[in-house]
Amino acid sequence: MKYLVSLLVGMLVGAATFLVFLYLNPLTTANKLSPLSVSNNDLMSLNYSAVAADALLYTNDGESQVAPHPAKVLQLWEPPIRRTDALVTSLSDSRSQNVGIGIKFSSDSESSNILNGQAIVDSVWHIYLPGRGSLFVNQSENYWGYLRNIVVPAHWNSGDSWRGIWNGSTTVGPGALGTASVIGGSGEFAGLDTEGVESLAAQAYTVAAGPVAMNGELLIELPRPAAAIAADP
Amino acid sequence: MFRTFLVGIVLGLAATGAGLYYFPAVNQIRERSLIVVHPNQGNTESFHINVPTDRILIGAPGRENPLPAGLEWPDDLQFAGLRSELFKIRNGKDAVVGVASRLAASNADTGDIIEWVLHLPARGSVYMTLQTEPSERGQRLGRLLSGTREFAKMRGTVSESWVADTSAAEDSGAGRIELLTAFVSTEFEDEAVVE
Repeated sequence: MKYLVSLLVGMLVGAATFLVFLYLNPLTTANKLSPLSVSNNDLMSLNYSAVAADALLYTNDGESQVAPHPAKVLQLWEPPIRRTDALVTSLSDSRSQNVGIGIKFSSDSESSNILNGQAIVDSVWHIYLPGRGSLFVNQSENYWGYLRNIVVPAHWNSGDSWRGIWNGSTTVGPGALGTASVIGGSGEFAGLDTEGVESLAAQAYTVAAGPVAMNGELLIELPRPAAAIAADP
Repeated sequence: MFRTFLVGIVLGLAATGAGLYYFPAVNQIRERSLIVVHPNQGNTESFHINVPTDRILIGAPGRENPLPAGLEWPDDLQFAGLRSELFKIRNGKDAVVGVASRLAASNADTGDIIEWVLHLPARGSVYMTLQTEPSERGQRLGRLLSGTREFAKMRGTVSESWVADTSAAEDSGAGRIELLTAFVSTEFEDEAVVE
């Protein structure tokens, strides 16, 4: 009997050691530099509040940590969409001027791999900027850094909350450099095929309500018009 | 006994690693795709939205009865010509398979637009633009601008039509929006014609 107990205790210690190593794994903690930070092209910044209560509309399966907003919004409870969130938000530019509407659909991805520190979410943005046009952003996002640095510490905290400053780029694909694919649909963006990066800046999080103070930014590269090459007069 | 404890640690490490490797962290539930293959016409797939039951949002300035109740849509003048809608979308068997957004905008600078994004969590997303004027048969025709995952290498067309519910059933709605997609993989575009 004592050997069986010893074996079981050993297995529990082994499992816990494995999970601690996964959590502390330095290979999955690097906060990479945004590939667009070295771009020579113009960058368009679209900002939004990543707090559900600040959104125009946020909905999920209704049983998740973050409550839908407004309270009477239709919930996504059907099995094929149960792991999907929908967010509708106002988008502002770098001068905090309201410039458009963004709709984001996010679904937990089957490519998630905890062993590699990949908590992947497949998401798309449908964006309309009045007077400019519409855009479609397709990306894979990795929320491992967000979970590791904010969500887990909040659960460990005796006050069930986290406060601090965390900035992280969530976009990891599908671009080879970890960028999102951005397609223009209309207006000045018609025919556009470029890249983007989404990042989060979190200040406060509670276990009960999720993010309390968090902003998101979509950075979209706008290629410069090709310069006409003329013969030297 | 200490040796048994050490064996337990190794077993615990191995079992946890194997469990995380072999059991997926996410397993999206799939409904069977109902795709019809046409000779030389690509593959068509029909989606529909039951109105009003599948409508999540109508975002337009100045609505007296916002949907959902409590929605505070911006009243900026710049959004005057914009109507944003969110829906659940269903397949041919009337099962919910995804969510969709529809943007209809009228703007002097960008012109009139109607766009759809369909998001099917287990399959991918499609971004489609449509003509603003319906055809003689009451359909709006459009094309696939971009797709992700399963739809990444697709090209093709889409039609949007409104089918009013004329049944006298008590639980009948106003009608349904039908989206018929005709996609073909670009890997085979030389062999098939999608018009």
